[in-house]
Amino acid sequence: MSLTPSTDRPGLIEARPVRHPGRWVAIAVIAVLTAMLANLIFTNGAFNWPFVFQAMVQSPVLHGLYIGTLLTTALSMIVGVSGGVLMAVMRLSPNPVLSGVAWTFTWFFRGIPRLVLLTTMGALGVLFKKGLDLGIPFDWKIMELLGMDGTLRFASLNANELFAGLFGAVLGLGLSEAAYMAEIARAGILSVDKGQAEAAQALGMNSGKTMLRIVLPQAMRVIVPPTGNEAIAMVKDTSLLIALPLIDELFFQLSSIGSRTYKVFPSFVAATIWYLLVTSVLMVGQFYLERHFGRGFGQKAPKNKRFARSAGMGGA
Amino acid sequence: MSAPTPDTNAGMPLVHAVNVMKAFDGNQVLKGIDLDVRKGQVICLLGPSGSGKTTFLRCINQLETIDGGRIWVDGDLMGYEDRGGTLHELNNRAIAAQRRDIGMVFQKFNLFPHKTALENIMEAPIQVKGENKAEARERALTLLDRVGLQDKPSAYPAQLSGGQQQRVAIARALAMQPKLMLFDEPTSALDPELVGEVLAVMRELANEGMTMIVVTHEMSFAREVADEVVFMDGGVVVEQGDPKSVINNPQHARTKSFLRRMQSEHHAVEHVPESLRDAVIAETHHLHDIPASNSDPDETE
Repeated sequence: MSLTPSTDRPGLIEARPVRHPGRWVAIAVIAVLTAMLANLIFTNGAFNWPFVFQAMVQSPVLHGLYIGTLLTTALSMIVGVSGGVLMAVMRLSPNPVLSGVAWTFTWFFRGIPRLVLLTTMGALGVLFKKGLDLGIPFDWKIMELLGMDGTLRFASLNANELFAGLFGAVLGLGLSEAAYMAEIARAGILSVDKGQAEAAQALGMNSGKTMLRIVLPQAMRVIVPPTGNEAIAMVKDTSLLIALPLIDELFFQLSSIGSRTYKVFPSFVAATIWYLLVTSVLMVGQFYLERHFGRGFGQKAPKNKRFARSAGMGGA
Repeated sequence: MSAPTPDTNAGMPLVHAVNVMKAFDGNQVLKGIDLDVRKGQVICLLGPSGSGKTTFLRCINQLETIDGGRIWVDGDLMGYEDRGGTLHELNNRAIAAQRRDIGMVFQKFNLFPHKTALENIMEAPIQVKGENKAEARERALTLLDRVGLQDKPSAYPAQLSGGQQQRVAIARALAMQPKLMLFDEPTSALDPELVGEVLAVMRELANEGMTMIVVTHEMSFAREVADEVVFMDGGVVVEQGDPKSVINNPQHARTKSFLRRMQSEHHAVEHVPESLRDAVIAETHHLHDIPASNSDPDETE
């Protein structure tokens, strides 16, 4: 307009925006549906909200949440992530024995549904009726060859209790997870530019240090987002633990409250809310993890430290 | 040092490559390369792309294995141990030890993106040589100063220009105090106006007596800095000798046509940075004349 000295040069743009009538229609439809849903949730007696909140904080339910859901998820993910990264490194190793073992592991545990795996796991006790002994393999044969009696065993565990308890839960879910994580970690490792390993090797770093200090930290940027998904899936899959049967578990406890009180539906709602709460917290954690491993990839500028030569010495 | 061939006396060149051969999937890339580099020499490898110069450079520090011939660096046979006439492959640890004394600078810098400039430089001295942190840090800061980046220790590679990244990469290689520096087309991935600052650092390094093998297309650098240029084509050394005579007065038809092509292609770009290059060199010299602590406030990037 009058901002430019010359009258025939175009000035600032003041244009009518494009109209989006479709958006308003969508908003109206969604508003109606939301109102219907709210009406259902708050007026339908079957929800029985006071009961829902009461059921959520019953001590067996909380105990199930801590042991069966949170603790098992955490331990299984530790087993899964470390096992998976190990399997991925083995799979990419030039050693054919290591890569063969990794391939077989993944093939086996990825091929079994978790429900089936956990059910079978719980029944593993049948293989070790006299208990599971820890000691030297084929000890009876060794002792026989030495012409002596007795065995070389240090401890004996009750296999039924072992496999049907927390140990079985973590073992089953963890190994199954490791098979998936192996593929995720492998993709992450392969995503790192080959020049990175070459640069590290040219500096004289051995292959182990190259992997641990240079390749894996960069692979994490690709590994972390799907691992977050896996952790969320793991929270949900702990609801399968009754197959072992592990009864210290959220969903089993809530559904048994439901069947005892004949208030089945509100108990399921209580379980739904708990799972949503836990997965929401995990999503927040994932955000911070991604930010940490995104270092140096243009996501955040480091604090603007001015570097004085003498002052910088203390930190490191 | 028990190499049976030339004993490690003063006459032994630092790099002694004999009849080096390499094939990739049946494609013979190196067809018997001989090259001697004496301590303190700067050798420029020239030649069209696909001539094998980069492959040869990578063979020297065993980023590629060779199929035939031998390479000795400072009297050490690379990659093998000669036990009474039989070659035994070295294990990974021994190969890593051999690489320690050979610095390498890559075309695409290959800085570690998850580490700051300072951490990039400190990584190998700490992890490979087991130096203590404070010492490594002190030396890394000195090296950053030397390449004119004293104000960038905490910058991540993504926050640096290509020229700055390459200078950090040079400092990273120097941190291992190598006997030999290999440069694989160090300025080819740079915008023309950033080439000068990297060449200036390399010139400085050459003046200080570093032994260098440089694969490059920068003819003026080769002419002015190299003690010897080696022109390769089709996996063989076509011509080698004094840079001025090879570049100004090539004997072989292949060298002639390559140099003619280089001149016509690079004339336009080389002309502008040339003047800028002198300014950068002057500045680098200036930086080194004054004490490290009071850095030039005009130094911009």
